[in-house]
Amino acid sequence: MKLFAIPTLLLTAALVSSPAQAKMKVFACEPEWGSLVHELAGDKVDVNVGTSALQDVHVIEAKPSLIAQVRAADLVVCTGAELEVGWLPMLIRQSGNAKVAPGAPGSFMAASQVKLLEKPTALDRANGDVHPDGNPHINLDPRRIYVVAKALDARLAQLDPANAAAYQQRLADFNTRWLAAMNKWKAEAAPLRGRKVVVHHISWVYLWDWLGMDQIGALEPKPGVPPTAAHMSSLIATTKSNNTLAIVRAAYQDTKPADWLSDRTGVPAVTLPYTVGGDAQSKDLFGMFDSTIAKLLGASQSGAAK
Amino acid sequence: MRKTLLGLCMLSALAGPAYAAQTQTEAQRIAALEAKVQALEAELQQLKAAPPEATAQQPASAAPAPAAAGDTTQSELDALAATPGETATNDTEAVAAPAADSGGSNANAFNPAISIILNGSYSHHSLDPADYERAGFPLAGEAGPGPDGLSLGESEVSFASNIDDKFYGQLTLTAESEGGEDHVGVEEAFIDTTSLPANFSIRAGRFFSNIGYLNSHHAHTDNFFDRPLAYQAFLGNQYDDDGVQVRWVAPTSLFLEFGGELFRGENFPSGGAQHGGVGTRTLFAHAGGDVGTESSWLAGASVLKTQSDNAEDGFSGDTTLYIADGTWKWAPNGNTKDGGITLRGEYFLDDRDGLFVDPADPLVTAPWIGQRHGAYLEGVWRLNRTWDVGYRYDKLWADDEGPVASLFDPYRHSVEATWRNSEFSLIRLQLSHDKPNPDDSDNAVTVQYQTSLGAHGAHKF
Repeated sequence: MKLFAIPTLLLTAALVSSPAQAKMKVFACEPEWGSLVHELAGDKVDVNVGTSALQDVHVIEAKPSLIAQVRAADLVVCTGAELEVGWLPMLIRQSGNAKVAPGAPGSFMAASQVKLLEKPTALDRANGDVHPDGNPHINLDPRRIYVVAKALDARLAQLDPANAAAYQQRLADFNTRWLAAMNKWKAEAAPLRGRKVVVHHISWVYLWDWLGMDQIGALEPKPGVPPTAAHMSSLIATTKSNNTLAIVRAAYQDTKPADWLSDRTGVPAVTLPYTVGGDAQSKDLFGMFDSTIAKLLGASQSGAAK
Repeated sequence: MRKTLLGLCMLSALAGPAYAAQTQTEAQRIAALEAKVQALEAELQQLKAAPPEATAQQPASAAPAPAAAGDTTQSELDALAATPGETATNDTEAVAAPAADSGGSNANAFNPAISIILNGSYSHHSLDPADYERAGFPLAGEAGPGPDGLSLGESEVSFASNIDDKFYGQLTLTAESEGGEDHVGVEEAFIDTTSLPANFSIRAGRFFSNIGYLNSHHAHTDNFFDRPLAYQAFLGNQYDDDGVQVRWVAPTSLFLEFGGELFRGENFPSGGAQHGGVGTRTLFAHAGGDVGTESSWLAGASVLKTQSDNAEDGFSGDTTLYIADGTWKWAPNGNTKDGGITLRGEYFLDDRDGLFVDPADPLVTAPWIGQRHGAYLEGVWRLNRTWDVGYRYDKLWADDEGPVASLFDPYRHSVEATWRNSEFSLIRLQLSHDKPNPDDSDNAVTVQYQTSLGAHGAHKF
């Protein structure tokens, strides 16, 4: 009889702890999804955000603190499309949390909800750290965030039916504000249409796609390979000759390569927030796009002043 | 122990049907909710008097279009969803979408993730590796200096995949060259449970024990070309055996992991698969967390108890090995790949109670009762994405009496510099000064390449 005492105890514990009596716990891999969960769920859930805007999410380590957070989570909200391939699978396996394993309802991948750009036709690491499913940096397109919000809200309601009505109401509210903000941004950004940019890493394609801008070069010779002097020298002519608006880098990236190219071409280097928390203004998703548009417009004015 | 395992297995079997029932009712609930959401959205649309473009789709069940003023139209937004033509709320279809483009049935679609590590080196030793003797620590397992000259290091192929909804499996084969002969071996072949309740997981098969820090890590994630002396002396480089492991992560905000293992007891420091093939037992605990946003730590304590019969170093009897490990990583903003410092140390205490039978001359026997210690401390400074430099100090404390007694305690200094072209390739230069016994010293220089191709691996902290 003693033989079954421990398993029975565990089973009871598992059954008692699984219903959503306490607040649902959400682990967001990146700040943008943490912010979106906050928009859709408010104080109905507890959110832990695993990374910050000052970290490169391609190369996070499977830290003990993150294992503990994933262990506690009922829902994991991440980008997917292999952006977190170097650490998220390890966190899930180490935590032993079956609720958030790939394919389980507790695993929500934003990139799976939308169409991806730059899906490579040939997979070869000679082309750098390419993502087979396409470019995963979808957080810079408000249209895609809108689509993701809808799917994420449905998932929240599925996992936490007791608060489903609240999630629906908050989504409706978010959609109203978001669509209004999108139209405002689009109007503000009208002068940017057709302008050319050079980027540090190719994490901005969705932003250019939305704003109708063109990327004409990247400081990284191949995605994920650090900038080299030879490659950057080859960018000088292109950058100079195209009335280039700016050299764009994210808050977490080394400032030196973009400054180097800026010094040699006169094209301003601009640090965009990239995600929530990337600068003082980017306190949430709205602030992040406000800041992004304002900084790009700022670059176009400083360029015109010269 | 075995009874508890049995209980756990039964527990997982019991949990299965319960989950299934839950998802079924959940599916119904979702369907109802979805209908509700759509109705609400349609209502919202009417309230806002949207342009009538959504009416092109015939039935009421088609995608509703919420108000979209200005230049952002609903059709534009819908076109970006993974599953166009319907709302992106159907999770299973959206998740399955990427795999569907190969069309029809493709048997290879279920191939496991394959990753390959290629590794090779050139070393020059001032002391002929054949004459290398470590005072107080007979060489066993893969201990000792590597070969002089050019050589293929441990190159490995690893296959990993989910087996089904409850199991994950991994097979790692290694190829290495020893004395001109190629060996292909099974380094790891194990299954993991993925859906046990209460955050338990069980691993069974052949695998690296989770004791200490480095033991469970594959050599290609190390900061140095070779393992610390303590790993060489007490674990034959790395303890790998056939066994079963139970692991549990505590529900705390501090990372706390506890576990235990049973092993066959075939490989050093064990030998002879005693106790009917369950010759080794281990217990381990790890704790870890963050200090601010820039520092993380991990610490652990482990014990390995084994009974061996004629182990590689000539020992028969009981061995108890205690290990304490600690790791501290600091990096600006927590970006460990772009800069920062990693400090790591481990301490070993090896307690023997048995008999020594000289492997060279089985007629020479003597009681072997005593303790030996070992430790290492390493620091690696990551300069940027491309470069790191590191220093390691190794020390072993021999037993003063007994069959392998030595009054001299071996030590070694190593420095390394590593250049990385990308996450997938590195070239390392290592210099070391090794003092294995009072009379000899070995100065070595090693150049190593190490690459990883195929599936992108996920590594432990």
